[in-house]
Amino acid sequence: MTPYAIELHHITKTFGSVVANRDVSLAVNKGEILSLLGENGSGKTTLMNMLSGIYYPDEGEIYVEGERVEIRDPKDAYALGIGMVHQHFKLIDVFTALENIALVLDAHERYDLKAVREKARAICERYGFVIDLDQKVYEMSVSQKQTLEIIKMLYRGARLLILDEPTAVLTPQETERLFAVLRAMRADGKSIIIITHKLHEVLEISDRVSILRKGEYVGTVETERATEDSLTEMMVGRKVELNIERPLSSERHLRLSVHNLSVQSADGVRVLDGVTFDAYSGEILGIAGISGNGQKELLEAIAGLQKTLPDSSVLYYPDDDRDSSAEQLIGKTPRDIRDMGVHLSFVPEDRLGMGLVGSMGMTDNMMLKSYNEGGSPIADRSAPRKLAEEIREELDVVTPSIATPVSRLSGGNVQKVLVGREIAATPTVLMTAYAVRGLDINTSYTIYHLLNEQKQRGVAILYVGEDLDVLVDLCDRILVLCGGKCNGVLDARHTTKEEIGLLMTSLKQGKGGDQR
Amino acid sequence: MTAKHETAREPLIRVVKRTSMSAKGKLGVRLAAVLLALLADAAFIFLVTGLNPIAVYRTMFSGTFGTSLRFSWAMRDLASLLLIGIALAPAFKMRFWNIGAEGQVLMGALATATVMIYCGDTLPAPLLFAAMLLASVAAGALWGFIPAWFKARFSTNETLFTLMMNYVAIQIVACCVNIWRGQASGLGKLNMRTKAGWFPQIFGQRYTINLIVVVALTVAVFCYLRYAKQGYEIAVVGESENTARYAGINVGRVVVRTMILSGALCGLTGFLIVGGRDQTISTGTAGGNGFTAIIVAWLAKFNTFTMALISFLLIFLEKGAGEIASAYNLNDYASDIIAGIILFFILGSEFFINYRAVLRGHGHQEVRK
Repeated sequence: MTPYAIELHHITKTFGSVVANRDVSLAVNKGEILSLLGENGSGKTTLMNMLSGIYYPDEGEIYVEGERVEIRDPKDAYALGIGMVHQHFKLIDVFTALENIALVLDAHERYDLKAVREKARAICERYGFVIDLDQKVYEMSVSQKQTLEIIKMLYRGARLLILDEPTAVLTPQETERLFAVLRAMRADGKSIIIITHKLHEVLEISDRVSILRKGEYVGTVETERATEDSLTEMMVGRKVELNIERPLSSERHLRLSVHNLSVQSADGVRVLDGVTFDAYSGEILGIAGISGNGQKELLEAIAGLQKTLPDSSVLYYPDDDRDSSAEQLIGKTPRDIRDMGVHLSFVPEDRLGMGLVGSMGMTDNMMLKSYNEGGSPIADRSAPRKLAEEIREELDVVTPSIATPVSRLSGGNVQKVLVGREIAATPTVLMTAYAVRGLDINTSYTIYHLLNEQKQRGVAILYVGEDLDVLVDLCDRILVLCGGKCNGVLDARHTTKEEIGLLMTSLKQGKGGDQR
Repeated sequence: MTAKHETAREPLIRVVKRTSMSAKGKLGVRLAAVLLALLADAAFIFLVTGLNPIAVYRTMFSGTFGTSLRFSWAMRDLASLLLIGIALAPAFKMRFWNIGAEGQVLMGALATATVMIYCGDTLPAPLLFAAMLLASVAAGALWGFIPAWFKARFSTNETLFTLMMNYVAIQIVACCVNIWRGQASGLGKLNMRTKAGWFPQIFGQRYTINLIVVVALTVAVFCYLRYAKQGYEIAVVGESENTARYAGINVGRVVVRTMILSGALCGLTGFLIVGGRDQTISTGTAGGNGFTAIIVAWLAKFNTFTMALISFLLIFLEKGAGEIASAYNLNDYASDIIAGIILFFILGSEFFINYRAVLRGHGHQEVRK
């Protein structure tokens, strides 16, 4: 029997107290495409980074073609014929495609562009790449850049190619073209590991699928014998009992009515595509989805931080009276929205890059949204100082002083400061993005408790989350985003993780409407 | 392969960032730096020039404090340098790299000179001073506004833009000076006969007004940045534009407003230089202070009071070096080295306030197994 192209045995990798991979073993045959499947944070990229020499495993062994190897840095990986195409391309914008390929030359090799061109052209012909070698990288589309990255790896002699979510940035046609090339490479005896979230692509391209969940290896199945349902179940796992409270609130009034909300990215991709839904007071509306499927844009568009496409509409109902006049939030800046008297609180994903000012203390961060109140040109710091003391007291924020820059606090304490401020603003709508990411269990429960309190106060809460167990236990309804589209709204009390997982990974045909 | 199992060795000395340092510790480090500087300098002076270090230090000291006239000159130069540093503080705090102070000062000076030349004989003194002030502030503000507007509107690079605006300003000044001097070899003092637009002497000192303005602005800009709402906005925009947008701050407006302020203060400096110091204008009116002030603002971390200390240190060393050179007949390089060694140690001490060195085998082990 021929040895595997690559084998991982009992790999473990920890970062501080966080276990990214625990006892993971997997193997790839020669001439095989293996899909690596798992939710966000399940450790796929970390595992692959150990193959490409970016990280070094704490425990475990790696075998290439039957031989035990040590991969200490990317150079070792190249020497072993392992090439990885990262999500963020590593190309030099002002160079041409050819010059970028020439960068892989060793120091002792002659810089002979003619030879490089011939060899690169041969690779292109062999696998069917279409690329203009004299084009500058900054003039290339995302798909062309990706092609160039792959050619670069092959030029370097890669026999095992690792692709980290290669289709995330591609159109369906470009994906088809990529898959054709991958099949040609497989036929030539190369091994390929492809990281992806999209189940239909897994089924289409791969020979076998390996699944990770929360850093642990779940299993490997032959693609022929797998279905979307069976893969989803392996990916999300059995339901975990969390015992998060879910109080029922008596009030339920329409608060936000979002209609046909669309956002276009700078590259012209529709990152949010005609999303329509309603949010009610006294309710937590969960928003599920693989990260990067429009969650960030959705919240930012409502908060007045994103340019929306024409016909987008976000209506805000100020009173608990349904007939009261609704106010349009689209086209308003955050300050306009505040001046309208709308108490919209927002806990963004990027806590220190958007929600807080890292170099400032708690006091100065408290006044971030309210500093402009009052007519005096001098900023009032006494009220924020009081609020900072209160939040420090009530939420047990661990900090040497309220003047200590918040960037020096731990992640959980930073989040307490941010959530504390947003709740102190007595919101009617509260939006949170990954509110418990990186927090320990106790702090997470503190946050859930605060959200439930707000819910019972009659606040409409949008909760973007990644842990499906939490979403199912905490929320009243769950909206699932997939590819920037609303792929369904589920009743959280009567749904399963599998149902959500399926909606997250495969877009229903002709979907996009709202469901209650 | 044996190399595979070789463990990486810890380097002999590693540099680790300090979390914080007590005020006492900081003072200790700085005093040690001054002491070390004087010792190292003494070695240089004795070994290279053969002079008595104590005598040289005394001469250096007299560069600023020797006579009342020298002290007056030192204060005059200090005022110009510090004012520009203060003008740069709001822009730098906003992380807007205004390298164009030189040009903004020149434009303010040019506006002042223009008013002196064309209105010096017609306007009464109070009105003349008011016109000079307004014109200079407006000209400096305009020179600050242009790059800021382009930055806010088209995201142009402000460093290059403000830098190039310096050369435009220098050429405009050169052109005007050529027109005004006519057949003469130089422009000479403006309004020599009437002294119109010349600052009056107060308390028998020529530069009193300049000093009063610089003290007032040191306090005012400090308070503006520390306590005003606009100062808060500047700090937020400087830290993160995303956070600023999230907070509802109109980033473009803050950028333009702050640069108008920065440019206006530079223009004001031009007014003080022409009206209160030179009574004339040339392309060298700003004298490179627009660039030196960048160093001042940075070293002081945009705190205007610290800027006053640093400006004083720079001026003291510059005057001292000049004095040594003339008193001992040394060439300029030798005296500059003597002053430079002191500056090197004092600035270098900041490194030890932020970092500490760890020897191999001490402290936390980070050796890979």
